[in-house]
Amino acid sequence: MLQEPVIVLVAFAYLGVLFAIAYYADGRADAGRSVIASPYVYSLSLAVYATAWTFYGSVGRAASDGVGFLPIYIGPTLMIALWWVVQRKILRISKQNRITSLADFIASRYGKSALLGGLVTVIAVIGILPYISLQLKAVSNSFTILVQYPQIVMPVNVGAQSIRQDTALWVALILAAFTIAFGTRHLDAAEHHQGMVAAIAFESLVKLLAFLAVGAFVTFGIYDGFGDVFARAAAQPNLRAMLTPLDGVAGSYSSWAWLTILSMMAIMFLPRQFQVAVIENVDEKHLNKAIWLFPLYMLAINVFVLPIAFGGLLRFPDGSVDGDTFVLTLPMAEKHEFLALLVFIGGLSAATGMVIVETIALSTMVCNDLLMPVLLRLRRLRLNERRDLTGLLLGIRRGAIVLILLLGYLYFKLAGEAYALVSIGLISFAAVAQFAPAILGGIFWKGGARAGALCGLSAGFAVWLYTLLLPALARSGWLPTGLLEQGPFGIELLKPLQLFGLGGLDQISHAMIWSMIANVGAYVIVSLCVSPSADEHRQASLFVDVFRQTGEGGGARFWRGTASVPDLYSLLARFLGTATADSAFRDYARSMGLNWPDERLLADAELVHYVEVQLAGAIGAASARVMVASVAKEEALTVDEVRDILDEASQVVVYSHKLEQKSRELESATTELRAANERLTELDRLKDDFVSTVTHELRTPLTSIRALTEILLDTPDVGAEERKKFLGIIAKEAERLTRLINQVLDLAKIESGRGDWAEAQVDMKEVIADTLAAMDQLFREKNIKVEARLPEKVSAVTVDLDRMIQVMLNLLSNAVKFCDGANGSIEIALAERDGSLRIDVQDNGRGISPEHHEAIFSKFHQVGDTLTDKPHGSGLGLHISRQIVEHFGGRMWVESRLGSGARFSFTLPTGAAT
Amino acid sequence: MSRKILIADDEPSIVAAVEFLLQRNGYEVCVARDGEEALRLIEASHPDLVLLDVMMPQKSGYEVCARMRERADWRDIKIIMLSARGRDAEVSRGLAAGADVYVIKPFSTRELMAKIRELLDQAGPASQ
Repeated sequence: MLQEPVIVLVAFAYLGVLFAIAYYADGRADAGRSVIASPYVYSLSLAVYATAWTFYGSVGRAASDGVGFLPIYIGPTLMIALWWVVQRKILRISKQNRITSLADFIASRYGKSALLGGLVTVIAVIGILPYISLQLKAVSNSFTILVQYPQIVMPVNVGAQSIRQDTALWVALILAAFTIAFGTRHLDAAEHHQGMVAAIAFESLVKLLAFLAVGAFVTFGIYDGFGDVFARAAAQPNLRAMLTPLDGVAGSYSSWAWLTILSMMAIMFLPRQFQVAVIENVDEKHLNKAIWLFPLYMLAINVFVLPIAFGGLLRFPDGSVDGDTFVLTLPMAEKHEFLALLVFIGGLSAATGMVIVETIALSTMVCNDLLMPVLLRLRRLRLNERRDLTGLLLGIRRGAIVLILLLGYLYFKLAGEAYALVSIGLISFAAVAQFAPAILGGIFWKGGARAGALCGLSAGFAVWLYTLLLPALARSGWLPTGLLEQGPFGIELLKPLQLFGLGGLDQISHAMIWSMIANVGAYVIVSLCVSPSADEHRQASLFVDVFRQTGEGGGARFWRGTASVPDLYSLLARFLGTATADSAFRDYARSMGLNWPDERLLADAELVHYVEVQLAGAIGAASARVMVASVAKEEALTVDEVRDILDEASQVVVYSHKLEQKSRELESATTELRAANERLTELDRLKDDFVSTVTHELRTPLTSIRALTEILLDTPDVGAEERKKFLGIIAKEAERLTRLINQVLDLAKIESGRGDWAEAQVDMKEVIADTLAAMDQLFREKNIKVEARLPEKVSAVTVDLDRMIQVMLNLLSNAVKFCDGANGSIEIALAERDGSLRIDVQDNGRGISPEHHEAIFSKFHQVGDTLTDKPHGSGLGLHISRQIVEHFGGRMWVESRLGSGARFSFTLPTGAAT
Repeated sequence: MSRKILIADDEPSIVAAVEFLLQRNGYEVCVARDGEEALRLIEASHPDLVLLDVMMPQKSGYEVCARMRERADWRDIKIIMLSARGRDAEVSRGLAAGADVYVIKPFSTRELMAKIRELLDQAGPASQ
């Protein structure tokens, strides 16, 4: 089944699926329904970190070093924990400044320096070449091995192959074509490649599944679980040693430390990681999930590394099979064709994922940060004449992709055979680690200067070239090996692998120590020595203080000059095409509340900055600055002026923080005031109502008194009978007035807490008897039947005797008032239960409907419509009675239905009362 | 021909005073003790003037007043509203309901009688 055409067909089918996914995702993105706006897709796309190196190389490394493969995965796991601090800041900066690549980021930070951008690009391209060659090697080797099925034959020296048989070349060309189709179909101002990200996330799933399948097959299919594999390995002395990697070997600790640090830097600063983690990020919040999902992926893809390595070593004990191929050769040796094919696809997905993203990222850098600045300078006039440069930009990128892959192929030819997969990859890691000082220093240290970054990068890269790339070429026979053994010109101190006599370290640790000393040293010292330009000042502040900036307009403060709207528009149209330029101008106008092109825009600093940022999204910050400068006449700001603007800005920030705090305080004070005011308003309303009601109650008797008095005065001939009647009314109304005034005063006393309460042991039986006796006359006048059911003896209560009589009088006179006119009857009951006395006063009047049962106890309550029902009496009696009862710890309530009398009840505690 | 006046008030002592006063001044007087009764008596005897208390059982003075003004054949009846509620809002509510005069209790008997005479003179003897 596994003939060459089948394998080729399956591989192309797989690439076809990838392309379909990318095409679909791009379509969805254009329709505004992004498929990559998910933290899971984002996390999976980060797993582009796991390449053919991981897929094949980890097992190879484990087969020679045991757990020595681990630091490459421990590093990212450690680093991602710091992402909340570091990556979030880089993300925010990149979004605000429309950063298009790693080189753009560094160039932009250090005053939009084209020189620095170019240097970073060169380092990235040269540094990444070994890494790309690793992928080519892995794919071509796995293909070469797989077509030999069922034999297991290691690929021989590639030198003598014909072009047709040169798998690596074909792989490079096919991948170049594929990447061009993938990443340069159109020019996006923000450099977003949604289709690519979706495909990469899919590839991460495929390679994980393939690797887990092999792992499970080896661990549980060939052997009997993890315990079995490790037990068998431990039985062999040479394998047992691999389980304790830190013993014996000189420099192992430093090797582990450096590998961990290297991979910490790699997860941040590999161009493809920067691409997927920063440039392609659509939502800062996705970081939150990635921080735990990505380490989980790292764990999953490492679980089976040791079992496969041991399985391979046990299966091929003679060393005839390269450890880097165990993942593939184990299923082949067990005659599992399908699994072997799945492994090949998994390796292919790991390699293609890396190559696609890496070359897209690198080609963007080559185009924006290396070629465009040069072209714009060299042939500025000619370029400016061209109306549409989008074709040129895409052409440069496509060319760059082909060139990078061919250079990778060349490196594979030159040096690929001398090293294992992991060693090749580590050379690239060491190269990108050179970016760390410039980037980390750049986002946390305002003092980092352009010259410092240039010197640091150059120095670190030079050391890298000398201690890592040069030996790689020498070992492959392209340079005299005497260079390594005796040093250049026989100078021992300059031996590339023992620079200045530093020996006893592995090659990577050695190179990292010297390159970092050179890089960080030059960066810091030069930065401290030079005085930065105005541009650098501005950019340093925009980057380091990114979380204190508000919106994208931060950069506009620093621009002063003159420009014209048509010039800016045609500039944008030249690089982005008229459609994108139109929509960009419309967006800008809308944000200003204008309707472009019907309303005219103002070519102010704001618009110039906006155009520059848009342009930076397509051609990088440095080129964008050059281009904008070509159409807008800028007046240079001096360093002092920039510093003034920055100082002012930071004062504004401090001031606005204070203001914010003050306004929060004010707000809470306002809320309290409002609540207090509402309470006061409510009290005021109550008081107003109270006064109004009291005056009404006073006016009614006064009206009769005044009217009758005037009659008596004005009419001397009033009959004796009538005179007597009128005087009787006057006396009664005057009495009513007196009672009302007394009650109002009484209430005021009780409510203000200044009431005088005399306390004594009181027998309520006596109180009831006394009250009944006092009202006997009234009952008889009104012909009301009164019945009192009193027990033999009740406990005394501690109350104010006069007050209790007041309560009883009030309840009884209410009852009299409400009684049925003709057949009035009142029942009084006294009972003792559960430590309290209960007194009931029942009448047979018209009753009170339940909705008024509580209201009648409020001040001046009038049952029913306030306008149609007058209070009987003052309207204060029940209210005062309840206050008195409650003062002595009791309760007062009413039970009644309309039409069937009312029963007023109250209780008094018999224990020690208040 | 003596003029007929209806007193609508539920306060007996006030009714006693006003009734005596009006009779002494030669008016024919009838008394209602709540809003419903007032409307019934107006229907039955069509008085020339109504002294209307605002706070009455069954129907308030405002309501009685409004009802009266709805009837075309009662338009000529003068209304004096009497109330112990003297806030501006209450006065204007009474006038809005259609009262001719709003008198706040306690009132001067002389002034009240003067207002009644004035209103009835306005109506003119011709209407009777």
